[in-house]
Amino acid sequence: MIEIADLTVRFGGVTPLDGMSVTFPEGTCGLIGPNGAGKTTFFNVLSGFVSPAAGRVRAFGVDLLAMAHFRRARWGLRRTFQTEQAIEALSVYDNVALVHEHSRGTRATRRRDVLDAIEFVGLEVDPHERVATLGGRDRRLVEVARALVGAPRVVLLDEPAAGLPEEETQHLGRVIRRIPEHTGALVVLVDHDMSLVSACCQITAVLDFGKLIAAGPTAEVLRDEHVIRAYLGTEEQL
Amino acid sequence: MSLADESGPAVAAAIPRARAWVERVGSIRSVAFAVVLGIVVLALPALVSTFWLQIATSVAIYSIVALGLALLIGRVGLISLNQIALLAVGGWIALRLGFGTSLPYPLLLLATGVITGVIGTLIGLPALRLSGLYLALITLMAAAAITLALQATNFPNGGSGFLGYSGTAAGSVAASLRRPALLESNTAFYLGVVGVTALMFLLAALHVWGKAGRAWAAIRQSQPAAIAAGVNVTLYKLWAFALASFMTGIAGGLLASSAGGLTTYGFPTQDSITLLAVVLMGGIYSFWGPIVAALLLKLLPELLKNWGLPPDLLTILFGIGVLQVMLTAPAGLVVQVPRDFANLGRMVARRFSGAAEQAE
Repeated sequence: MIEIADLTVRFGGVTPLDGMSVTFPEGTCGLIGPNGAGKTTFFNVLSGFVSPAAGRVRAFGVDLLAMAHFRRARWGLRRTFQTEQAIEALSVYDNVALVHEHSRGTRATRRRDVLDAIEFVGLEVDPHERVATLGGRDRRLVEVARALVGAPRVVLLDEPAAGLPEEETQHLGRVIRRIPEHTGALVVLVDHDMSLVSACCQITAVLDFGKLIAAGPTAEVLRDEHVIRAYLGTEEQL
Repeated sequence: MSLADESGPAVAAAIPRARAWVERVGSIRSVAFAVVLGIVVLALPALVSTFWLQIATSVAIYSIVALGLALLIGRVGLISLNQIALLAVGGWIALRLGFGTSLPYPLLLLATGVITGVIGTLIGLPALRLSGLYLALITLMAAAAITLALQATNFPNGGSGFLGYSGTAAGSVAASLRRPALLESNTAFYLGVVGVTALMFLLAALHVWGKAGRAWAAIRQSQPAAIAAGVNVTLYKLWAFALASFMTGIAGGLLASSAGGLTTYGFPTQDSITLLAVVLMGGIYSFWGPIVAALLLKLLPELLKNWGLPPDLLTILFGIGVLQVMLTAPAGLVVQVPRDFANLGRMVARRFSGAAEQAE
């Protein structure tokens, strides 16, 4: 469970997050909102790349903001990036092992854990293939595999399906839905693909101009008139 | 790939591709190369004169320095312009320890490496905040400062006090580090240096292929991605500086034991820039690159002298060399030369088979 209370971020005169309070209980939770709503800023606060002006974040009873950013991965925070960040110079195996060796995973199980994660996300490439030679879909999957090794507690997925064709988005959806059960982690999914969010998330929160405008069961949230107005423009478009 | 179809973005895109190529093809050919190199290196004392053996010794020592810089640039993405100054620092420390203590030679080298490592890491501290051009500038300034300090203090030659320099002895005693009895002869010393060089390359390889190498690869591509993977960016950057400086310090110790010892004018600041040029030319993503770099830096000038060509030609050659490598082969000569030879071989083979068909 992650509890966020009064989270505020200011960049000069801009307030990308404005008193955000929300609780993500368990399983896979969605976080949606128009471009610039503050979704990635929220992830960056959790990752430690952005310091909030105010607010608290408690994740599984731990004050996340008090932890040095690189230690959060060891604790169990994982994330993917909007622009995929698989390390090109390394092989698929080394990309995943990189996270494992800075996590709570033990050296004795490293090889098995890494290969498990690669298999779990459905990567059908030689683990010793260099990431630089892979296509967009496989790189995304490498990034997701990296987020799953070494006993993750919270997995943040920032638009993992961006730029992927329909069929591959569906594959990704199947992978994401099985993450909580497979790893025990809480997943927070940011995406603009409503069918992916609907398919994966029991609970969804909606941000607009840095403010939380709705949160609850995904189907209800997507019917909420504030959400439709803010995020989807008009009802007809839904 | 011809020069004509290269543009700016294409060069940038070619770098990761070139890297992958080096490492895949490299592993197959490297064994063969290593065997040939090993035989040549070991047979050298029997084949060449003392003079050329001393050049070979200096090539081995400078390949360690080049290796340190190649690690920093190629693996971590940090440009340092004070490696030659650190080499001088290593030489100074080795001489100071040599005259001031009775440490056995291997321990003396090790201590020199560790102390130089600490100094190099301190100079690298700004790297935590700076990168690219600014880091290069800071390290260049540090190199200039070290060069000035050395000119004021001189290399220790057995004098008293902390500096260990005696002006009256300067004419008769060279700032030269005693060699252990086992490495007294030029041939033995050469082989000893080659052995230490091999150990340094092994040390670097163990880092690059292990946990540190993975962390460095992440840092080089994207610091946020590295942090999100749990990499302590500060620690691994400083560790890279420490490792490169440690190796450079050891090279300094070896250089201090070389024939003739050390002189303060042997380490001009601009040599750090020349080192950067040859390291880029050799190739920063392969372990062969630093060897090529050291050959360019230490063997080529002697060859030019031998052929009666002016040594100033080097500046021009290196300038053109860096330009052509940056434009046509970002992974350096170690990739470009074998590739071009393979292309040439195919071209000749085609000609040949074409001629054979015509003859039929």
